[in-house]
Amino acid sequence: MEKRVTFSRWSIGILFAVPQLLLIFTFFYWPAGQAVYWSLTLQQPWGGGNIWVGLDNFRSILANADYWNSITASLVFAACSTGLAMVIALVLAALTDRQLAGSRLYRVVLIWPYGIAAPALAMAFRFILAPEAGFMAVVNQVWPGFWDPGLDGTDAMASIIAAFSWKYVGYNFIFFLAAFQAIPRSLIEAAAMDGSGVLRRFWDIQFPLITPTIFFLLVINITESFQDSFGIVDIMTAGGPANSTNLMVYKIYSDGFKGLDYSGAAAQSIILMLLIIVLTIFQFRFIERRVHYR
Amino acid sequence: MASITIRDVRKSYAKMQVVHGVNLDIASGEFVVILGPSGCGKSTLLRMIAGLEEISGGTIAIDGKVVNTLEPRERGCAMVFQNYALYPHMSVAQNIGYSLKVAGVPVAERAQRIQAVARILELEHLLDRKPMALSGGQRQRVAMGRAMIREPKVFLFDEPLSNLDAKLRVQMRSEIRKLHRRLSATSVFVTHDQVEAMTLADRLVVMNGGRVEQVGTPAEVYSRPASRFVATFVGAPAMNMLEGEVTLDGLSLLGGSRKLNVSRAGLPVGSKIAVGIRPEAVRLVAPGTPGALDATVDLVEELGAGRVIYVDLDGAAFSVVTSETAHPAPGSAVGLQFSEADLHFFSSETGSRLDVFKASMPVPAL
Ligand SMILES: Nc1ncnc2c1ncn2[C@@H]1O[C@H](COP(=O)(O)OP(=O)(O)O)[C@@H](O)[C@H]1O
Ligand SMILES: [Mg+2]
Repeated sequence: MEKRVTFSRWSIGILFAVPQLLLIFTFFYWPAGQAVYWSLTLQQPWGGGNIWVGLDNFRSILANADYWNSITASLVFAACSTGLAMVIALVLAALTDRQLAGSRLYRVVLIWPYGIAAPALAMAFRFILAPEAGFMAVVNQVWPGFWDPGLDGTDAMASIIAAFSWKYVGYNFIFFLAAFQAIPRSLIEAAAMDGSGVLRRFWDIQFPLITPTIFFLLVINITESFQDSFGIVDIMTAGGPANSTNLMVYKIYSDGFKGLDYSGAAAQSIILMLLIIVLTIFQFRFIERRVHYR
Repeated sequence: MASITIRDVRKSYAKMQVVHGVNLDIASGEFVVILGPSGCGKSTLLRMIAGLEEISGGTIAIDGKVVNTLEPRERGCAMVFQNYALYPHMSVAQNIGYSLKVAGVPVAERAQRIQAVARILELEHLLDRKPMALSGGQRQRVAMGRAMIREPKVFLFDEPLSNLDAKLRVQMRSEIRKLHRRLSATSVFVTHDQVEAMTLADRLVVMNGGRVEQVGTPAEVYSRPASRFVATFVGAPAMNMLEGEVTLDGLSLLGGSRKLNVSRAGLPVGSKIAVGIRPEAVRLVAPGTPGALDATVDLVEELGAGRVIYVDLDGAAFSVVTSETAHPAPGSAVGLQFSEADLHFFSSETGSRLDVFKASMPVPAL
């Protein structure tokens, strides 16, 4: 039996919850409420109060082709970086799980990227992927003009996807490896006795048993790719070239603080929040069903 | 059906050797039980036969073919694991049929064979359940079914009954026995439970510290243990052991306080030996009876059908099993009588059995 703490008086229970509630209120509900309020008003750039405009901000944003372009870019970024980060981490973890010698070292080494601040990481990748000097310069030598994220939108998108994935591969790897290690060895051995080879065992036994972890990481990776991408975009591409990497989170910043369109930025952040909420609900409703919780 | 030939098989983990040169021949269709205390290397040996553990030295052959480098699936063995190792995300039917699915057996035939196995194991009504929703005994049956459906040449069992309660264990024991009679596939069964071992085995292999101590039928192992270890490990309560020394006119026991008139038959005077006597072979007589050893009762353990009487023999613990209802009270004096034919002698140095004392002798005298 699990032991649960019970309080004889509800007021004591509330008292314990107060610090957490205060934190959530101060740092989430209050700012979110403010953003909702701003998104429904027109802020004067030079101060002087705001005017209630209803849904006008949303209408003008959604009527703007630039914004739809930004949504598309964000979705492409989310899909590619999540896919890449998860598949690479899954493969590395599966290989590590089989050959455990030195796995403690991998664990430490692979969690480091997650600890690096996004701008620092982006700076490093900017050098690595620079068309004239970095690693890609070699490729450019063979096929001149093949790689130039400064001019080519696709190359720029690939650059930020690479940087973001690199950061999350380590994070995902730790979780995947833990999930693989939690599978009793005897299950794998039983499957081996049943005639199942390495790949077959992976698909029939290990993969289904780590689906809870896959699901968890999917939710985290997608959510983070919408939010944690800001620093990388800012340093590596600043949204360019030609808005090709102007992700939603970056557009909020550039429209709000560079374009001084506070109300439009507030409306955009509400849309981004709703999009993440909808995506998360979708994942829980439709993907979680296929998860085998043990 | 297949024979298994094990030749000088060794296993080392890193620097530590845990199996030291095991030799064993298992005949086709035989039910062999490997018995030994925890950590003696039984599982390791079994897993080397299965192909789950690399063989560090020596060879294992199945049906005359050396399998050292073969994958588990190429060896034709099926294994039942101690924790059952059922696939938690698959139903009972999928668990049982997994090997057939891997082998590409058509769905219809697969279903039919799953049904057949489920009927034998009385699992038909559970086929759609997940392992989580099964009792220990049912899980055990599913694990057996998963092994059976492949119609393997060799069945390997690694303590499959140790997670069951006492009653279920006895029941599953007889079912395994029946199943073996029915399928008559070569079986190797590992256990640390000597009752399980004695009841199941055609032939018993007693292991200790990575070595085989004795191979024989349960009756042979019980009546002629090859070493001191086997003598005390097989049989409950354990065989009594008294330390002794060879003297000119026989044996002096317990540091000289007791004497036994037996011929030395070639053993040098002064050599240290151990004398064993099974608790079941001792008769309780009135204290002071000629030819009996006097002792004091310490404790009486009631077993229902019989009693274990623990006595103190000059400071050495000694036990007696009696079926008589009237038994001496703790603290009272008793005489212990036994015939020389029931005595076992072991070298104190090597622990191996000494048969030199089997000369005809009168009952032990004081
Ligand atoms: N993977 C391993 N690495 C190192 N030592 C091991 C490993 N597996 C088993 N051993 C050691 O080998 C010995 C025999 O183990 P095992 O065959 O499991 O014993 P048992 O007779 O209880 O089944 C034990 O001392 C155990 O500690
Ligand atoms: Mg074991």
